[in-house]
Amino acid sequence: MHPFLFSRYAIMAPMKELVELYIAFLRIGCVAFGGGYALLPILEKDLVNTRHWTTMDELTDYFAIGQCTPGVIAVNVSTFIGKKRSGIPGAIATLLGFLTAPVILIILIAAFLSNFAHLPVVQHAFAGIRVCVLILILQAVLKLWKKSIVDRTTLGLYLVIFVLTAFSSLLPFSVPVAALVIAAGIFGLFFGKDGNEKKKGGAA
Amino acid sequence: MILLRLFFEFFKTGLFSVGGGLATLPFLYEISDKTGWITHADIADMIAVSESTPGAIGINMATYTGFKTAGILGALTATFGLALPSFLIILVIASFLEKFRDNPLVNKAFYGLRPASIAMITTAGVNVAKITLVQLSVFASTHRLQDLFLWKALLLAVIIFILQRKWQVHPILCLLLSAVVGIVFNF
Repeated sequence: MHPFLFSRYAIMAPMKELVELYIAFLRIGCVAFGGGYALLPILEKDLVNTRHWTTMDELTDYFAIGQCTPGVIAVNVSTFIGKKRSGIPGAIATLLGFLTAPVILIILIAAFLSNFAHLPVVQHAFAGIRVCVLILILQAVLKLWKKSIVDRTTLGLYLVIFVLTAFSSLLPFSVPVAALVIAAGIFGLFFGKDGNEKKKGGAA
Repeated sequence: MILLRLFFEFFKTGLFSVGGGLATLPFLYEISDKTGWITHADIADMIAVSESTPGAIGINMATYTGFKTAGILGALTATFGLALPSFLIILVIASFLEKFRDNPLVNKAFYGLRPASIAMITTAGVNVAKITLVQLSVFASTHRLQDLFLWKALLLAVIIFILQRKWQVHPILCLLLSAVVGIVFNF
């Protein structure tokens, strides 16, 4: 197993690897409820613990970048993982895998079930699912906390941005989310510490 | 040609909506006003559908609009139009990151980016909690503490949390379980 060889020097990653990537993200696309954040615990279980395709450190960084780049966060994160595993073909495989289930489902709903969202069974099921999504988001926060909130400065930064985003409707001005993230990155450039415990993540 | 316009409109949406899901909404309203492909009521319906199906709201909305406008081919065109810009941008950033992973400047930038990222995830959690665990409007009229919380949901939340922390039950299994509990206990 030398992913290094595959991603750098082979023009086409082996078909088997691409199919694995596609299927892994097909599965993730089927359960990607409630936006990208609830995905983190699922990605951790499937991709970090079971398949060892990425590390929690890398996932953390992918989410951070996914938030300040355009587009859907889940798509951004799956592109990162596909690219890292098998180059551009890998990124295409993860993207297609992630999109397959939602696209088929929405086409079916648009064609046959215009009142889908108003069916009582659907409403009850999703009221339940939202509770689980909430816990998944809480898990994501707890998991990321240890790696990210490492001292008082980072805690302060966290609190400031949390208040600005969570209570944005109470503020007299509105701050674009992307601007906040970019400002936080620049803040890091000036006041950040070059964490020396983060030496393992970058094998690619 | 309609497919080309679909692609272009959603490519633009994908390129300029930063911050995920709901950031695409202003662009969708603009598409609705400009082209008449979808109505504002369609968008409201789709927000509900997106919340009740897997997949990001932006992606779902593109698929839906594309299908309504030009059938299955339209659905595929609009969806790829939306996903393409961020896909290309991430490819560039990923190659950059693979090269500069151990660069001190990159590490310093992440020192600031990570807390920002979690702060925004926390906010997303608070927003979900506001609609799942509490009923502020009922509490505001009755002022009774037992009306503030949705007790069934709160109990389910605690159970799911324990299942995951203590027994590491797979998140997908927890999602299925929550759906069943929601139906059986009339959430």
